Amino acid sequence: MKSAVLVFPGINRERDMARALRLISGREPAMVWHADRDLPPGTDLVVIPGGFSYGDYLRCGAIAARAPIMEAVRVFAARGGLVLAVCNGFQIVCEAGLLPGVLMRNAQLRFICRDVFLRVERSDIPFTRGYNAGQVIRVPVAHGEGNYIADGETIARLEGEGRVVFRYSSPDGMVDPNWNHNGAMNAIAGIINERGNVLGLMPHPENHVEASMGRTDGRGLFAGLVDHFKLAA
Amino acid sequence: MWERVASSPAGGEEANRTLHVRSNEPAITPELITQHGLKPDEYARIEKLIGRTPSFTELGIFSAMWNEHCSYKSSKIHLRTLPTTAPWVIQGPGENAGVIDIGGGLAVVFKMESHNHPSYIEPYQGATTGVGGILRDVFTMGARPIACLNALSFGDPKHPKTRHLVSGVVAGIGGYGNSFGVPTVGGEVRFHRRYDGNCLVNAMAVGIAEADKIFYSAASGIGMPIVYLGSKTGRDGIHGATMASAEFSADAEEKRPTVQVGDPFSEKLLLEACLEIMAKGCVIAIQDMGAAGLTCSAVEMGAKGDLGVTLDLDKVPCRETGMSAYEMMLSESQERMLMVLKPEKEKEAAAIFRKWGLDFAVVGETTPTKRFLVRHGGAIMADLPIKELGDEAPVYDRPFAETARLSVIDAASVEPPIGIADALEKLIGSPDLCSKRWVFEQYDHVILGNTVQRPGGDAAVMRVNEGPKALALTSDVTPRYCEADPFEGGKQAVAEAWRNLSAVGARPLALTDNLNFGNPERPEIMGQLVGCIRGIGEASRALDFPIVSGNVSLYNETNGQAILPTPTIGGVGILDDFTRSMTVAFKAEGESVLLIGETQGWLGQSVYLRDICGREEGAPPPVDLAAERRHGEFVRALIRDGMVTAVHDLSDGGLVVALAEMAMASRIGAVLEAPRGVPAHAFWFGEDQARYVVTAKDAEAVAQRATAAAVPLIRLGATGGRVLAIAEERPLPVGDLLSRFEDWLPAYMAASSA
Repeated sequence: MKSAVLVFPGINRERDMARALRLISGREPAMVWHADRDLPPGTDLVVIPGGFSYGDYLRCGAIAARAPIMEAVRVFAARGGLVLAVCNGFQIVCEAGLLPGVLMRNAQLRFICRDVFLRVERSDIPFTRGYNAGQVIRVPVAHGEGNYIADGETIARLEGEGRVVFRYSSPDGMVDPNWNHNGAMNAIAGIINERGNVLGLMPHPENHVEASMGRTDGRGLFAGLVDHFKLAA
Repeated sequence: MWERVASSPAGGEEANRTLHVRSNEPAITPELITQHGLKPDEYARIEKLIGRTPSFTELGIFSAMWNEHCSYKSSKIHLRTLPTTAPWVIQGPGENAGVIDIGGGLAVVFKMESHNHPSYIEPYQGATTGVGGILRDVFTMGARPIACLNALSFGDPKHPKTRHLVSGVVAGIGGYGNSFGVPTVGGEVRFHRRYDGNCLVNAMAVGIAEADKIFYSAASGIGMPIVYLGSKTGRDGIHGATMASAEFSADAEEKRPTVQVGDPFSEKLLLEACLEIMAKGCVIAIQDMGAAGLTCSAVEMGAKGDLGVTLDLDKVPCRETGMSAYEMMLSESQERMLMVLKPEKEKEAAAIFRKWGLDFAVVGETTPTKRFLVRHGGAIMADLPIKELGDEAPVYDRPFAETARLSVIDAASVEPPIGIADALEKLIGSPDLCSKRWVFEQYDHVILGNTVQRPGGDAAVMRVNEGPKALALTSDVTPRYCEADPFEGGKQAVAEAWRNLSAVGARPLALTDNLNFGNPERPEIMGQLVGCIRGIGEASRALDFPIVSGNVSLYNETNGQAILPTPTIGGVGILDDFTRSMTVAFKAEGESVLLIGETQGWLGQSVYLRDICGREEGAPPPVDLAAERRHGEFVRALIRDGMVTAVHDLSDGGLVVALAEMAMASRIGAVLEAPRGVPAHAFWFGEDQARYVVTAKDAEAVAQRATAAAVPLIRLGATGGRVLAIAEERPLPVGDLLSRFEDWLPAYMAASSA
């Protein structure tokens, strides 16, 4: 699996992401500078990592969404290439129009860093084939603006088309306001686009991939992607 | 690009004649001198030094360099007594941060610094710039920051300003560190009415560098270009350091313009750009622009290198037009650095900074004259002897009065107002001992993927790169002990940091001290400072725990009311294998609970005496450094040999609070017996030092070792069930304790401050 990790000024989880990709795919990802206009040839997976691109100034992700490299990402996604967008990456792809909706400030109006539980809603896409549908995984979140909101019609479509991939839940998989730390609509933690090749999620699976980090629940996402490309080859 | 400015004449004589005094600059009057925080004798010293009346710009420069914050004039002679060396110390105090060798070609760079005064005036920006400043200190030396900690002291929770300060400071620390991308993994939060008028924000940053690639601030070479890096200079933070060197009166709010504004985005870019030019070998010397900005950084680089410095202010990137030399020299705009560049690398370095969208401007050069020459608009605005400005600033041996000894409180004479169970419930949900989750969840503590032990334990544990080595990090001080007995309190702060590192299995290596006190011109305050420094020195010598960096914050005083003496100690230790780091949580049912160390039942200055009995009295617990060392080494060996399953250091609240924390962390209860001979409340809540609680599967083996090592050890009971069952007391469900523990701070912060 050849991955490309985008680096915008102010992005700060690119090393975490690169380490997870290296660890699980056995291959060093390419780090791609925001001002570049092309992705490395043969890229299988584009990753937009977490951080504070452009300081989150103006609006989270708004400036990065208009960076030169994003045109290449749009073309890549339009051809069916897989795009994984985490945290600030999720905000960027929403701003870029690759996913619907927007990430608002957390309901409590505070940044929150803690482990959360995610219910994996489906396992028939490349991003989640490493998990079972209904499985609950534990991964950290670290964001101030992760409260997913979209208009009623969009939410209905996302739900109707099974495009909600991860949902905040209790440890036993129940959706419950007490376990929805940022107040996201329908406890949405991650969604895919219509075609199923662009995933955006707020939590950080890349921070739970080694025993030293406390848990390894995040590995499934990367391992599933590696499997997907192995089968495709 | 770089125009060579004419070198200053060899001496000051000729330069003096050409010194330009702008007609619109204020005349030097006694009032102006006072406004600059300079005492009449200090001003007389300036006139004597330069042989004339200083210009307005020069007066500003002197006030920036000779204030307490930058010059350490009241503390210097005492700080010199501290032990600062060890075979593993690469750089002790005097640089941007301390550096220690951790083997494998790696070094740890760390320091703690206060941002107290600005945080009280403007909590969000004060705290952010405190974090930004300390991060810069670390990456200026060539290290990539891997962790931050912060020690926060606030006033009485009932004080109308406290909630606002907690909210702003915590959001500010998070706002900066989270965006910059460094995990904030530890610290302290305390409340006491003595911080009502002065909160304390002590921020510590820790970085990793290659041991043979450390960058220093001393300039070298004549005619070398001096380069300005980072953000543009604006009119913010002018006189910040002078403000921080005076006590507050009722006008604290009016000092808001002296507070800088932080931009973590620029700092992240500055970090990446600096590490890149360092890796490319462009840098001769580098210094961050912190307190007193351009003045302090330029003077320090020159003075340390025994060189003169000429600055051409027309080249300084400015955020706004029309800034005067005075404003530029005193601005504390953030995210800026000054560097002496290898001349042949100018193009390469400039390109790197442009790539990151940062300013890069050659603004001066080194000279052989030992003069600090500042040009602006074709005129010389300052021409001063650089050594006297910098490392030869005034030094005071201020008179001090030793703190009177307080009598030892006999535990048997303290009537317990409530039972043990009730007292524990109350303490566990009190401002000082409750969970600080509300605080640390606002800090990203998992970024970089190396946090092995997150906030909430005795010390944070951070894997070094891919391991197996790890660092243990902690910050500690018990201000009420320091107030009651500065010497014992100073010892205790160091001992507790050492103990917390030992409790996770780390070998303590070195510490940074952040000394927060009131007005040193008052002999009783000076006595606290001197006593604490003596205690810190004694403990760090006894424990082989040298001081490699630090910061002094004085004048933490409002309307004559000083803070509690608060010498915060930031400790760093090393683990050879992070998988062996130990945590506080009970691990399984049916394990023995053992107490290591002597329990006399010391209630003087304990949290129990203060919060349950309403008495802030008595001598604090004495610290037996030989016992600390023996017990700490014993515990580390137990951890290393896999003989214990959980370890917790005993500190505030004593034994039963520690046991409750171990239970809450695991949701496993315990059945506990109190031995005879010590009154129950003193046994459970006394704060005797040099103690740890451990759990073990094989208690007998641990006991045999203890006997052999002459370490006192008793068996308290066993883990199990879902309640904390203390002999002869009402059993306490662990879940209930946890609710009390977790609920206080969120409930307090959610309540309106009416």
